[in-house]
Amino acid sequence: MGSRDRRRLRSAAWAVAAFALLVVLWELAKLVLPAGGVTVGGTRVLPRTDDAAMPHVWTVLARLGAPEVAGAAEPRSVGAAIVSGALFTLGLALGGLVLGGIAGMLLAVLMQRFAVAEKAVLPYVIASQTVPLIAIAPLVAGWGGKIAIGGWAWEPWASVMVISSYLAFFPISVGMLRGLTSPRKADVEMFRSLAAGWWTTLLRLRLPASVPHLVPAVRLAAAAAIVGAIVAEISTGTRGGIGRLIIEYAQSATGDPSQMYAAILGAAVLGLVAAGAVGLLELGLRRYRGSVA
Amino acid sequence: MTATGTDAVELQGVDKTFGSVWALAGVDLTIGAGEFVSLIGPSGCGKSTLLRVVADLEEPTAGSVAVTGTSARQARLDQRYGIAFQQAGLLDWRTVVENVELPLQVHGVGKAERRRRAVELLELVGLAEFAGSRPAELSGGMQQRVAIARALAPSPRLLLMDEPFGALDEMTRERMQAELLRIAGETGAAVLFVTHSIPEAVVLSDRVVVMSPRPGRITEVVGGRRPPVSGDDRAADTLDPDAVEDVRETAAFFEAVTAVREALRKGAATDGPAA
Ligand SMILES: Nc1ncnc2c1ncn2[C@@H]1O[C@H](COP(=O)(O)OP(=O)(O)OP(=O)(O)O)[C@@H](O)[C@H]1O
Ligand SMILES: [Mg+2]
Repeated sequence: MGSRDRRRLRSAAWAVAAFALLVVLWELAKLVLPAGGVTVGGTRVLPRTDDAAMPHVWTVLARLGAPEVAGAAEPRSVGAAIVSGALFTLGLALGGLVLGGIAGMLLAVLMQRFAVAEKAVLPYVIASQTVPLIAIAPLVAGWGGKIAIGGWAWEPWASVMVISSYLAFFPISVGMLRGLTSPRKADVEMFRSLAAGWWTTLLRLRLPASVPHLVPAVRLAAAAAIVGAIVAEISTGTRGGIGRLIIEYAQSATGDPSQMYAAILGAAVLGLVAAGAVGLLELGLRRYRGSVA
Repeated sequence: MTATGTDAVELQGVDKTFGSVWALAGVDLTIGAGEFVSLIGPSGCGKSTLLRVVADLEEPTAGSVAVTGTSARQARLDQRYGIAFQQAGLLDWRTVVENVELPLQVHGVGKAERRRRAVELLELVGLAEFAGSRPAELSGGMQQRVAIARALAPSPRLLLMDEPFGALDEMTRERMQAELLRIAGETGAAVLFVTHSIPEAVVLSDRVVVMSPRPGRITEVVGGRRPPVSGDDRAADTLDPDAVEDVRETAAFFEAVTAVREALRKGAATDGPAA
């Protein structure tokens, strides 16, 4: 086992420990703080900790096995609903990540190749991220609704994927541009002295050199894609994903908060799954790691 | 003249300016096939610039440049020269042997053929057993030898080296000098070698070209004391490091060192106040 593998194992252990700590803190808060929360001069500074606001961890977990709607014709457990919703959202986020990743990388290559493109495009790339998602979602859904490619009509989930890719593309394009321009001048000149053209230099120098910049960018982008997908599901009213589930459960939360927390837990696990997947990607690309000190 | 008889480098009236900086002025220099020529001079006198002009990494402002009988650009496109800098500049995601293969890979040489050639070159520089290592696992001197093997990969008629041993300790440096002499002898390549070390220039070269700054120009050419190692008659031998050692102790060596030092001092004296 190499020292790097050991380090990776240790960081996984830390992640588990952090989760356990969170559970302990949650329960501790319920135990120690007054159930009605803490109010100073009429302003609540600490939330209520009674079972309606902060259900016990075990209540939340138990809720996973219970049927979603009592007395429904086709009963489905909360856990099953969350898993299917999480998978649906994960699929859309993954699609968004791939779309955004491809767009981001192409844009980065373009910006590296043409200094003019960098000057012209980069400000817009940055500006694109300051437009609030809430404003974009209806736009995309509206435009998408007018599109029909061949026999295929635009589906709401496609809007979700596009919005998700819109968030994912930013870190990737910026990280990739940084990576592509990271080779030292001497290395670039070495390739020039070998009569390597732009394409060969890209393939054999710039792309391998950009991996250490790209991996953290993908990690950010994966998280952004998931957040984007969840928010987009909510704001476009797309059914089937975990975003929608959270909203639905939240609306019935007055009587049953543990159900909403279970869904939020599902969303958190989704994020962990994505982080794990990026970890695997990193493992596959470890050959290219050392190039950035 | 046969192809191998063509001069490796022929510079005539080469000028190079960077804005208001006059880096090279009226440089004439011919390097014969298989000849070893060192460039020496104070920092900023244009040694690297001269080398880069030959390598077609820099356009001369005026003058003509011929490399192995063709234009500098064509020579670069045909990989007729190999180049090594002070920093080995190996790609750390490639193994040692893959680094040596790079020039051949860029030129579309088949996998088996370039591997064979790269292994051969690693043997030449005495690193065959490190073929599968990563550059980061090698010492500085070993990395530099890999860089030299890489420069030799396309079987160039000319090696361009810019202070390749500048970052090495004295002992490693002397070993590398002997190594380089043996390699140059075995491959028959001409070498243009930039250095700051007078003894190094003298012991390696057929001729030592002394430059002075502002504007960078050649002030004097001193005969070097390159020992008659390997190459023609002793090609199969590995170099006897003593051959180089012996040279360092001859009176002729000290004379040449003194002559270069004098030339450098004269160059600095004429530098004087800018006219
Ligand atoms: N790309 C460049 N742009 C502007 N000026 C340059 C450039 N390259 C070199 N110069 C200038 O040209 C002059 C010669 O530089 P050069 O690098 O050839 O010197 P050198 O003899 O190799 O010095 P050193 O021994 O320190 O390596 C210097 O004054 C330097 O500032
Ligand atoms: Mg220099």
